[in-house]
Amino acid sequence: MRHVASLRIGPVGFRVGCDWRAPVAALDDLYRDYPKPEIPDFNVHLFAARPWRRLLRPSVHIGGDFVIPDAAPLPLAQGLLAAEMGMNLQMALGQRGYLLLHASAAERNGRAVLMTGISGAGKSTLAALLMARGWRLMGDEFVLLDPVTGLAHAFPRLISLKNEAIPVMEAALPNARFGPSLVGTPKGTIRHLVPDARAIAAMAEPAEPALILFPRFGFEPAERPVPPSEAFVRLTQASTNYVNLAERGFDALTRLVRTVPGRAIDYPDGKTALAMIEALA
Amino acid sequence: MNPALLLARALRDPASVERLAPAEWTALFAVARAEQLIGTLATRIHGLTMPADAARIVADAIASAEQGRTAALWEAEMARRALGDIPVVLLKGTAFVAAGLSAGIGRSIGDLDILVPRGRIDEAEAALLAAGWEWVKPDPYDDAYYRQWMHELPPLIHRERDRMIDVHHTILPLTARITPDARGLLEASVPLANGLCMLNPNDMLCHAAAHLFADGDLAGGMRNLWDVHCLAEEFGVEGLEERAAHHGLTGAMRRAIRLARTLYAPPDGTESGRGDRLYLRRLTARDAWGRPTRRLTRLAFYLRSHWLRMPPALLARHLWTKWRKGHAP
Repeated sequence: MRHVASLRIGPVGFRVGCDWRAPVAALDDLYRDYPKPEIPDFNVHLFAARPWRRLLRPSVHIGGDFVIPDAAPLPLAQGLLAAEMGMNLQMALGQRGYLLLHASAAERNGRAVLMTGISGAGKSTLAALLMARGWRLMGDEFVLLDPVTGLAHAFPRLISLKNEAIPVMEAALPNARFGPSLVGTPKGTIRHLVPDARAIAAMAEPAEPALILFPRFGFEPAERPVPPSEAFVRLTQASTNYVNLAERGFDALTRLVRTVPGRAIDYPDGKTALAMIEALA
Repeated sequence: MNPALLLARALRDPASVERLAPAEWTALFAVARAEQLIGTLATRIHGLTMPADAARIVADAIASAEQGRTAALWEAEMARRALGDIPVVLLKGTAFVAAGLSAGIGRSIGDLDILVPRGRIDEAEAALLAAGWEWVKPDPYDDAYYRQWMHELPPLIHRERDRMIDVHHTILPLTARITPDARGLLEASVPLANGLCMLNPNDMLCHAAAHLFADGDLAGGMRNLWDVHCLAEEFGVEGLEERAAHHGLTGAMRRAIRLARTLYAPPDGTESGRGDRLYLRRLTARDAWGRPTRRLTRLAFYLRSHWLRMPPALLARHLWTKWRKGHAP
C-alpha cells in the first residue's frame, strides 16, 4: 500500500496501510511517542474501492486481516477515524491472546478500575478525567484480561471523545495534545485526545483489577453493588471474543467477577463521578 | 519472493522461517490469514527459533485452531443427534479433525459439510429445521436455484450457535459436465468413532480435486492443495487414478496432485502439465498485505468456474437474473 504507519498500543502491534497520505500522517503525528512493532499482530487496510475513488469523491473503505462484509466507508476527512475503527475491528474480531472487555480503565497504586457500559455511559470521559487527576490511563475502549495471570493489560489508544465530552476535556487538559475535530461522523463530532506521557511509558505494565464499575451518565447520584452473577452476564455482553476463547474465556471471566467487587454508579456530571470513583477505589 | 510462495515454502520447509526478516514475517502472517492457513502454519513452525512477536502470533493461532477443532466436532455431534438414523458422511475439515488426519492439524474449519443419500435429503432438511437450523438465503431465486441445480441444500444456519451447515447429496453441481458417483461415495465411506462416517481416502482426494478444478474459481486453493498434499502423503495414491477415472475426475485429480507437489513437496522433477503455470498464477495471487492481486487472472478463473458449472443457456439465464438483481463479480 502507498502509505504505511506502524504502532504498538499496549501489547498489540498494528500496521496500517492506506491509499492516501493524510490519515497516515495524522497517525504518525498523534502516535509519535508510541513504539513501532517489528512484526505487527494485525494489519489494517484503508483503501479506495475503485482506483478513481482515490481522487474523485474519495471514500475510505476499512479492511484488514479480519473484515466484516458490510462495513460502511467514511469520507477522507474522517480518515483518522477510519484508521481507529480499523484497529478496533482487528482487535474485536481477531484478538485471541486476551479476553477483550469493551471497557475503559485507569490505574492507581497498581490497582485498576474497569469501567464498562453502553455507548454514552461515559467510559472514555471518565477515564480521561481520571488521567487528568493523576491516574494512569490504561485505555478508553478495550481492557485486555490475561487468561493465565488474571491481570488487566493496558490498551491506551487515542482517547475518542464525542460531542459534549470534547469541551469538557479541552477545559480539563488545556495543554494536552488533541487530534482534529471530526464533524459529522456516524457518532456526531469526534475529537481524539492523546494519552499523557505516563500512560504511554507504562503501557506494557499490567495491573491488578480492583473494581468493576458500571457507570451511567445523566442521573441523580446513586450507587449499588453489582453481584458477581450480574457482572458476569454484563461482561460477557461487553466482550467481543468471549465465545471464541471458550473455556479460557469462561475461566478468566468467572475469576474476575468472583475476586473483584462490582459497583453500579449513576452520575449527573464528571465532578460527582470522580468523587464517587475515588471514594470506592 | 511472492508472499504466497513464501507461505508455501514455510509449510513445505518449516525451518526456512528461521531466516526470515521482520517484513517477511509480516507478509507471511498476512497471507496465511488471508488463505486461512494461519493455524496450519502455526502448528508447522511452533517451537522453532523466531522473534517474540512472531511466537505470540503463533501461540494465539494454535489456541484459536484448537478451539475451532472443538467447536467443529461439537457441531458434527449436534448434526448427528438431529439427523437420527440418516447416514451422515462428514466432508472436508470436520472429517479431517474427527479422524485425526494430518490435514486437520491446525486447520481452520468454517461450515459443517456433510453428505447424505439423495433419497433422504428432504428428511434431513426437515430434521435440521426442527432442531433449530434456519435458512440463510431468503431470496426465492437463489433458493429455487439451489434446489433444482445444486449438489447441496441452500445453506442453513443454527439460530443459537450461529454455525452454518451445508448438506450435500453429491460433490459437484448437477449442472456440471462431470457427474461423480455419489452412491459410490456413500458405499465406500469409512465409519468414525463418533458414530458418523468419512469418505474413504481416495474419495476425499477426489472431492478436493473436484472442488478445486471442476467447480470453484480457486479461491482458497492453497488450503485445498494443502489438504491434497497431506492426504496423499498420509494414505498414498494407490488406486487413486482408477477411482478418479470412475468419478470422471482424472484431469482434475492429476492436476491437483501435480500442483500440490509443486507447492508443498520438495522439488522432485515432477513434470508440470499444460496450463499449470496459469493455475499457480491464480493460486498465488496475493500481495504482502494478504490482498488479492492479478485481477484479470482471477476474473478469468471466476468466469471459468461458471462455465464449468453450467451449460451455456442456463449460465446466460443465471447471469441475466443476477445482473437484474444488481450482482457484480
